[in-house]
Amino acid sequence: MKSSPNTGPATIEQRSERFHQWRNHKDKLAQWVIGLGGFVVIGAVLLIMFYLLYVVIPLFMPAEVSQNKLGEQQEWKGQATAFLSLEEQQQIALRVNQQGQAEFVSVDDLQIVESFKLTDTTKTVVATASAQGSSGLVAVAFDDGKVSLFKHSYKTDFSAGVELRRIIPALEFPYGKDLRALLPGGGISRLALSDSDSELVIAVSGNDGQVSVEWTIKEENFLTGEVSLQSTIKTMQVDFEVAGITLSEDHRWLYLGDDSGAVHFIKISGMEILHAVKVSDARISSMSMLLGGISVLVGDSVGNITQLFPVRDKNNEYSLTIIRRFEAGQSAIIRIIPEQRRKGFLTVDSSGSLAIFHSTAQRLVLKQQLDGGVPSGLALAPRASGLLLVSKDGSADFMTIDNKHPEVSFASLWSKVWYENYTQPEYIWQSSASSNDFEPKFSLTPLAFGTLKSALYAMLFALPLALMGAAYTAYFMSPSLRKMVKPTIEIMAALPTVILGFLAGLWFAPYLEENLAGIFTLLLVMPAGLLLFAWFWSNAEWRIKKFVPEGWEALLLIPVLIILGVASIEIANPLQNLFFGGDLRIWLSREAGISYDQRNALVVGCAMGFAVIPTIFSIAEDAVYGVPKSLSDGSLALGATSWQTLVRVILPTASPGMFSAVMIGLGRAVGETMIVLMATGNTPIMDWNLFEGMRTLAANIAVEMPESAMNSSHYRILFLAALVLFLFTFIVNTGAELVRQRLREKYSSL
Amino acid sequence: MKNISKWISSGAPWVWLTASAVAASILLVVGLLVLIAARGMDHFWPLDVQEIVYQTQNGEMLMLAGQVRETETVTARRLRESGLVISDDSEFVERLLVKTGNRDITGQDFRWILEPSIQSIRKPHSMVVFERAEWGVFIGSLTGVREAGQLLDSADTWGSFQSSLERANKIRETISELEKSRIGAVNYRLERLRLKQRGLELKGKDDANSLAGIETERDDLQEEYLELEQELALLYTGLRRDAVVVTTAEGKQLELPMDSILDAHRPNQMTLIGKTAYFFRNLWKFVSEDPREANTEGGIFPAIFGTVLMVLLMSLFVTPLGVVAAVYLKEYARQGIFTRTIRIAVNNLAGVPSIVYGVFGLGFFVYTLGGSLDKLFFPEALPAPTFGTGGLFWASLTLALLTLPVVIVSTEEGLSRIPRSIREGSLALGATRWETLWRIVLPMASPGIMTGMILAVARAAGEVAPLMLVGVVKLAPALPLDGNAPFLHLDRKFMHLGFHIYDVGFQSPNVEAARPLVYATALLLVVVIVLLNLVAIQVRNRLSERYRGLES
Repeated sequence: MKSSPNTGPATIEQRSERFHQWRNHKDKLAQWVIGLGGFVVIGAVLLIMFYLLYVVIPLFMPAEVSQNKLGEQQEWKGQATAFLSLEEQQQIALRVNQQGQAEFVSVDDLQIVESFKLTDTTKTVVATASAQGSSGLVAVAFDDGKVSLFKHSYKTDFSAGVELRRIIPALEFPYGKDLRALLPGGGISRLALSDSDSELVIAVSGNDGQVSVEWTIKEENFLTGEVSLQSTIKTMQVDFEVAGITLSEDHRWLYLGDDSGAVHFIKISGMEILHAVKVSDARISSMSMLLGGISVLVGDSVGNITQLFPVRDKNNEYSLTIIRRFEAGQSAIIRIIPEQRRKGFLTVDSSGSLAIFHSTAQRLVLKQQLDGGVPSGLALAPRASGLLLVSKDGSADFMTIDNKHPEVSFASLWSKVWYENYTQPEYIWQSSASSNDFEPKFSLTPLAFGTLKSALYAMLFALPLALMGAAYTAYFMSPSLRKMVKPTIEIMAALPTVILGFLAGLWFAPYLEENLAGIFTLLLVMPAGLLLFAWFWSNAEWRIKKFVPEGWEALLLIPVLIILGVASIEIANPLQNLFFGGDLRIWLSREAGISYDQRNALVVGCAMGFAVIPTIFSIAEDAVYGVPKSLSDGSLALGATSWQTLVRVILPTASPGMFSAVMIGLGRAVGETMIVLMATGNTPIMDWNLFEGMRTLAANIAVEMPESAMNSSHYRILFLAALVLFLFTFIVNTGAELVRQRLREKYSSL
Repeated sequence: MKNISKWISSGAPWVWLTASAVAASILLVVGLLVLIAARGMDHFWPLDVQEIVYQTQNGEMLMLAGQVRETETVTARRLRESGLVISDDSEFVERLLVKTGNRDITGQDFRWILEPSIQSIRKPHSMVVFERAEWGVFIGSLTGVREAGQLLDSADTWGSFQSSLERANKIRETISELEKSRIGAVNYRLERLRLKQRGLELKGKDDANSLAGIETERDDLQEEYLELEQELALLYTGLRRDAVVVTTAEGKQLELPMDSILDAHRPNQMTLIGKTAYFFRNLWKFVSEDPREANTEGGIFPAIFGTVLMVLLMSLFVTPLGVVAAVYLKEYARQGIFTRTIRIAVNNLAGVPSIVYGVFGLGFFVYTLGGSLDKLFFPEALPAPTFGTGGLFWASLTLALLTLPVVIVSTEEGLSRIPRSIREGSLALGATRWETLWRIVLPMASPGIMTGMILAVARAAGEVAPLMLVGVVKLAPALPLDGNAPFLHLDRKFMHLGFHIYDVGFQSPNVEAARPLVYATALLLVVVIVLLNLVAIQVRNRLSERYRGLES
């Protein structure tokens, strides 16, 4: 040890007491700092797990609501509210009263900002309806059978600065201020409205069973921008009391609910009832369309809500089908309010309880009793984060709703869900689309299936090669060759998976497509040819055999394998012509009905198997090598052959190590991202077909994470996928490590 | 002739099968490396230009010039099914993939020619391959050189072309230096001024005095910028002074301005030595130049630089942490349940899929930590994130976490090889534990630590999945290390070799042109990683040899 310059020329006894104290302090400090280091490692693992949990947990948290009193508006005392609506910033509300007066009210202080008269004469409002989405079109039906159409819109005024922005409301009559006569005899009972860019449809039902639909086609003149309207009225007569009426957004279907619990499915173009679906035994009390205008929600008088939509069958005919049911309680459903931007809805029943549901996830998110009983007017904010309640005594309450992830439930993630416009319940992963009223399909099952499929095929390719190779290298191979083989396998382990993936996707997949038959003949020709060679070698002259010493057979086999490989590719084409009529791929799709993708599970299996082989190989090889030689010597002394010793003595002893090797290899295969990303088609399908692609959890995360909004449901579900991967590899690795530690103890005792 | 059944029952066939498993694995590894090497090297070798006269489907004779990149044998049936007419009865037809270049004229970079349709092939001496800044390669013959519009009348057209090219390259170098360093610096300082002003506004200290200082600085910088711009304009006009007149194989004559030509060579005239020299020149250009045309042409220098820088930063984070953790496990902790738990934790960290690290890095480091850093230290840049988005710093941190287990295991192995007697001796002589550790044990364990670092670096150079989420981009506008203070920009996004392979191979507009580049990049990456691993293995072997005698 060279002397350190710090100690100087003095001996240790001559140094001062302070110096020795300083040395002791350094020692203690080092102990603390280094102790911290050990904790950091555990801390890192725990931090990862807890952070993933922290991001995922809000998905399953229930919603929260809180109801606050706003105050009273004297002018509303004793009046029922016919229509109530809230705008985006939740500052201005629109209220229409029974006399047909529309007023804009500021929510904070309940002051009336502006008011309009919808009708000049004295009339009573019997029904109201608003068009879907944010178009702002509202239809108000009066007792004389006339309907007023108006549109409310809001502008933001930033002239006083961002903090002091003002919302300026406006009411317009885009279709004219005159009232439309839809049922000249009066007696409108229910009203439905739907507006699109090209058509306006209003449906009314009368007290005497008359149902009439006004269909207005809007044509815009490209040059002048003027819109011309052409209206037709279709009518029909029904023999039941109409308890609810709604229109589909594509203007093809009309839904009528009757008082005996059935929903009638009507094709508007012919105004004919196609059929009726019995939804409940009780009377239907409320009906509404869900966002997108495809599903109809029907509430009955015993607190059940049913969702239906038209399902297309093999003959391209539509029939209205019950999709799912919800229970809000025991009382009659008075109002069903759909959310404007999600597939969720709120219900209020006659006992004054509010329930929030989500349709796709089949989930009751929240149930809460409203203070103050059943409100007269209800308005849900467009962002579904607030609810305005106006009661008959003129008081108004505001309810804040915190409901961030209603579309996620265990069922929606893992079981089959019947999505809108699909013919049956299915497992689908489709996280986003271009339109706003898209139904997000977050089933993790296809992804988990894809992960399992790719891992299984990879293990199928890797296990024979790795385990057999490990047994040979540890037991039969000469030590000098083993010293060269082990680094080669370590190099194999070091190859980046990006390179394996790109070779698989850009070179192997097209090659496989051209020479599919060749790969299969390889599987046949290789083992057979190998055994033939082995037989001839064992019978060969000792003069030839002495060139390859015992334990070096593996090296001898390399040229043999090359020759066999080339030979099998050569005879593949003639064989293909003989058995499969020239092209195996076409035969597969035509005769066997198996479709073939260029980037498929076989490619992934080979590539990922290649990536996993070195992991399994090194651990298994260590396990077999670690078996004490005394066991093997004893078995051979008792007369067993080498192979019998290997199979019956060595491998059983080393089996825990080999098991742990397989486990760790499986963990690696499950978490592999780049190879799957590049070598499969990334299609989230559920098919065991060897010649089709898949999408795995890891590849899905890599593809979709950069594009998901922070803290949205999609973002958290991707974190959930990462958590699933983490837990899986955690369990597998911990199990394997415990097995290995036990094995080490067992060997040390042998 | 031995009895077959006796031979089978001795178990020999199974032994051969297991031996074949090892042989197959070795074959796969070596085969892969050879494949990458062959295809990668192919990219740099200057291929001859062949002039091919062939007959098209409707009988007319066409001529094209290009480099034959690939030959493929396809079944005649497949070609017939796709609509081509094959005259003779042969079952298999050979076809050639020819890189004709001239994408701006013909619209196609590559063309497939059926071998039977070829009438004649020859290698004209005069064919030149021009490497261009846009539209890829141009293949044609050099007809003349124009200087300031005047056609040069000289016998040695190639010589005058070469001197014109040299001049143009010199001007290009000056332009690049002007644009990147000087104008870049001016822009950088203008941006800093803007942020400074915004910072003062946010703090409410934007009174006339402080703003006045900023304004004068800004005016100075604007003046400087205008000057530099004028200089640049002069240089560009100088660059455009010359033009080259070329003729394509089809006989079309056109003019290529000198500012679009980067290099040219005449492969048919080169000797083997010349080609080898050009090969090495191409290799050098590949590793030193910037990429062009959406990463399908040019070099990969920024990717190499980004990878190296990130790996350096990562080792800075991971080595102290890994060594400290390993030292704790080996030297300080009492061996029991607690250390077993830590070892299990280390193994778990090693087995966690790399994408989970990426997700964690994105959520925790980038959004949470980065977002808070932005709010505290960089509020004037908001809403544009500084550290609240992926970048060099977060990527290095994420990869440090990923490679931590490798360093810990290696260091532990290195520490365990040092015999106890040495430690005991040191303690017996009166040294404290810390002194023993610092002066005796760690220096002896340094090869083990180095092995761990090398393995960590090799792993980090190859991992792509987590980087896709925390800060790697397809094309980085600037390097993270440049001449503007604070010189090392930890918030900048960077390029990475592994991601470059993925991007060029799978997200390229021109797949055929990109493919050789992918192989070349892959070759570089594989060479670097294999070298690092071999060094690590050697170091480890040397270490185990050195202490074999000391082991008690």
